[in-house]
Amino acid sequence: MTTRRHPNPVALSSGLALLVLVLAGLSLMAGRVWVPWSAWTSWGQDPRWAIIFELRVPRTLLGILVGAALGASGAALQGYTRNPLADPGVLGISSMAALGGVVSLYFGLTIDSPWILPALAIGGAWLGVVLLLLLAGSTSSIVTFVLAGVVLQSMATAGTALALNLAPTPWAVNEIVNWLMGALADRSMEELQLAAPFIIAGVAVLFTTTRALDALTLGETGAASLGIDLRAVRLALTAGVALAVGASVAVTGVIGFVGLVVPHLVRPLVGSRPGPLLLPSALAGAALVLAADIVVRLTPSAAEVKLGVAMAAIGGPFFLFLLARLRRRIA
Amino acid sequence: MTEPLSAANLTVRFGGRDVLADLSLRLEPGQVICIVGPNGAGKSTLMACLAGLRKPDRGEARLGEAPVLALPPRRRARRIGFLPQTPEIAWAIEAETLVSLGRTPYLGAGGVGEEGRAAVARAMQMTDVTGLAHRTVDTLSGGERARVLIARALAGDPEWLLADEPLAGLDPGHQIDACDLFRRLAQEGCGVVMTLHDLGMALRVADRVLVLAEGGMIADGPAVEALSPQVIRRAYGVEARLHKGAHGPALELVGRHGG
Repeated sequence: MTTRRHPNPVALSSGLALLVLVLAGLSLMAGRVWVPWSAWTSWGQDPRWAIIFELRVPRTLLGILVGAALGASGAALQGYTRNPLADPGVLGISSMAALGGVVSLYFGLTIDSPWILPALAIGGAWLGVVLLLLLAGSTSSIVTFVLAGVVLQSMATAGTALALNLAPTPWAVNEIVNWLMGALADRSMEELQLAAPFIIAGVAVLFTTTRALDALTLGETGAASLGIDLRAVRLALTAGVALAVGASVAVTGVIGFVGLVVPHLVRPLVGSRPGPLLLPSALAGAALVLAADIVVRLTPSAAEVKLGVAMAAIGGPFFLFLLARLRRRIA
Repeated sequence: MTEPLSAANLTVRFGGRDVLADLSLRLEPGQVICIVGPNGAGKSTLMACLAGLRKPDRGEARLGEAPVLALPPRRRARRIGFLPQTPEIAWAIEAETLVSLGRTPYLGAGGVGEEGRAAVARAMQMTDVTGLAHRTVDTLSGGERARVLIARALAGDPEWLLADEPLAGLDPGHQIDACDLFRRLAQEGCGVVMTLHDLGMALRVADRVLVLAEGGMIADGPAVEALSPQVIRRAYGVEARLHKGAHGPALELVGRHGG
């Protein structure tokens, strides 16, 4: 008998939430400058007080939000497409959001109205999800989805390359490239305020799909026969992923593979049910991004390694590993 | 009180031909109704229309007086259970979790609930899968999975059970068990409609047989009458003989017509 017992869902999410809290505390203290507890309570006396509240608090909160957005989006996309390789980064949604961001940076639209950047990034992500669902149709074929992702990815890359190619000044190129690589470093409270409402709204919309995702285990026909309105689910998924991923990319650039790795690790703990996977994936996503960001900060090198680059270094091999395991199902 | 399920002038065009052409029928609950016919005769299309999962090009399916497609999806799903022909199970969930998905149209804020859990347990008992409750579906045999899927459809306590090829993949023993189960459901007042390829099984289980061919219904009646050699020849191009067996009528397929 292959009887497997899973941890209680409340215990699992509480445990992950605790982990996020611990990592958040660590993230406030750790870095090139170690900030001990005494500096916290100095009310501005200790110069390190500024480091905490002007640099590390936004960085930490952003890490939690972006991690949760990517984790939940990955889990929701995987549930909806019934494809364990789905991830906003792998399927080109983040790149489309980045293209939206690049367009706003390229035309200098962000100088007068900073909200143009998240708006265009969300628009890009939205277009990405819509194109993806159109290209892949209603199949649950892994190959079709990954190929559709390749198409999106190359379109977005081409657009971004064009912007870099035609960029008026080397500084513009520098700004765009820096932002594209993805990082949490040196983000301000204003940027946090810009992204947070959209990310929270997006994740909240994704959470409305949990029952539908469970029913979609039986395929689209099965879910429809259980009274699930597939059009409403598609709309919620598109809006939720676009808001969460678009707003994340707008502020942090492209941080890939979180949405791929996290649901995969959490899935066995929730008995593979796609609905109950969402909350722990959001929490574990937050924990992963925080942990990776702490490691990146502590890495001894002249310049800080970008978080997006570090995640790609971990995520790429993981993707290969998943692909190798799925080879039989794909063939 | 279960209302009859009917179709009025149902027409579905697909790939330039009428899969269903102006088909009208009325199905009464409390019976096991089998729909048979050659491949491509439109059996699955008819089932999907009756279940409200496909919009016909013309005509409509009705539950009682109400067009099936006009019912709110959740209410429709509570009244009509549907078992698709090629069921997909995307994730390796536990059998009991799969059966619980049948309660989806009833889900409120509190989850499956006491009543739902009782319905799930009852459905699993009826299909003899209680012992598989905590096995993940990827470890089940084809027959076990088919029974778990039937339990999933029954867990919603539907008034109508529409099953597309429910016996495919079951060994003869479990085919007979499933047929007995469908008969019992019908006796309890549920309407059972299923498509079948095995005419012998249709003869055994059905109160009424509909034979679809060429986009229309070429026979409709009690199994022995609907499955006459003339009808089988016309529908399948196969010569058949009907025997009076010791345990009821039996069908013998002789060979290709004219062959």
